[in-house]
Amino acid sequence: MIKTDILIIGAGPTGLFTVFEAGLLKLKCHLIDALPQPGGQCSEIYPKKPIYDIPGFPEILADDLTQNLLEQCKQFEPGFTLGERAETIDKQDDGTFVVTTNKGTQHQAPVIAIAGGLGSFEPRKPLIHNITDFEDKGVEYIIKDPEIYRDKNVVIAGGGDSALDWSIFLSDVASKVSLIHRRNEFRGHLDSVEKVQELKNKGKITLITPAEITGIIGDHDLKGVVVKESDNVHIDKEYVLECDHFIPLFGLSPKLGPIANWGLEIEKNAIKVNNALDYQTNIPGVFAIGDVNTYPGKLKLILCGFHEATLMCQAAYKIINPGKRYVMKYTTVAGIDGFDGTRKEAPKAVVKKIE
Amino acid sequence: MEQDVNIKIIDRDGVIHQVLAPTDMAMNLMEVVRSYELAPEGTIGICGGMAMCASCQCYVNSQHELPEMQDDEEAMLSEAFYVKNNSRLGCQIQMTQEMEGLEVELAPES
Repeated sequence: MIKTDILIIGAGPTGLFTVFEAGLLKLKCHLIDALPQPGGQCSEIYPKKPIYDIPGFPEILADDLTQNLLEQCKQFEPGFTLGERAETIDKQDDGTFVVTTNKGTQHQAPVIAIAGGLGSFEPRKPLIHNITDFEDKGVEYIIKDPEIYRDKNVVIAGGGDSALDWSIFLSDVASKVSLIHRRNEFRGHLDSVEKVQELKNKGKITLITPAEITGIIGDHDLKGVVVKESDNVHIDKEYVLECDHFIPLFGLSPKLGPIANWGLEIEKNAIKVNNALDYQTNIPGVFAIGDVNTYPGKLKLILCGFHEATLMCQAAYKIINPGKRYVMKYTTVAGIDGFDGTRKEAPKAVVKKIE
Repeated sequence: MEQDVNIKIIDRDGVIHQVLAPTDMAMNLMEVVRSYELAPEGTIGICGGMAMCASCQCYVNSQHELPEMQDDEEAMLSEAFYVKNNSRLGCQIQMTQEMEGLEVELAPES
């Protein structure tokens, strides 16, 4: 059981900044995120896009913002459960909550901060009628353990970075890698595209374009996929391509998911909160901050998430330390004492006589 | 009001909406849909309008001359589902005077 003061669900910018604000109040945080890396949308959807409305940053790349937030909060030693989705919440007799992930990891905290953005990122499944019958029987939407593809015949579908990158990686692991895409053009980093070109020329990747997978063949386990090559010029060609694994990589899309069943008031796919006070939900001790919440006049902006996180932490302090006195301190005055023993503070003013 | 254009939008439930869209607020079709709440929040414009998610895919049913498709939109549509010949990403269609009378249908959520 992982124990902490504030359990944050979602490691995007709002969740990461919560760690910093909580740390100033000597509250420890742990974050859960369905993605394998922190940053949320900033790392998953648009890492290389510049953001222009972060106060004090005329321009910052989404990925750099994530790195800065991690750097800013690191002395408060946040814990991470990454690649797992928060599944259930159970209130305990002592008033704390236990949150369990889809992999069974349990977390306990007196305060829960849902900073889940638009929800947890789920793979987008291609529209193949029998695909669900073969999930985990040869069809995988996310590559968790590349070793299972060793010496196997693998078909990858998709036209983005993950399809390119995994084709490159698995070309050294699998016995055969076929990459199938609806167009001849790929949307990815130039070096990935060039690398795939090089591997194709060497015969290490079989490229099948423009084509798509229209069916899956197998009895119990996957035996092959139905490939339809069509270029709007020639007659469509449809055939079975034998394989051991089919990995469709069509990106991820966020879904509110299990949080929708936690008994929280939901409106417009977001969690209703008390914005006049502390961003608490209808369940005392459970807060919702950032894009995941809604209230009159809500704006889904990173900067609004930062503000909401700050006020929420003050409320969390009162729940965790009932009756204990505190006044907000400025970091310019008090500096920052990290949980790792480090201290940051303003240099002392020089007092020297001028003669 | 003379700057507004009339747009016909069929939502994902097949309901027809006649809406007025301003042309002087740099709005795109995805944002018009959101401003009239014709699709639930969180199911459209997920990436914010960067042609990076296809949640605003729509089918253009009128014969309007639309802005030419850029590489990123074309690439995104090549990975999207339920794509037809008249598919476009709503976030890439700016509201201008030329869009008067535009007729579109929202593609299914995926």
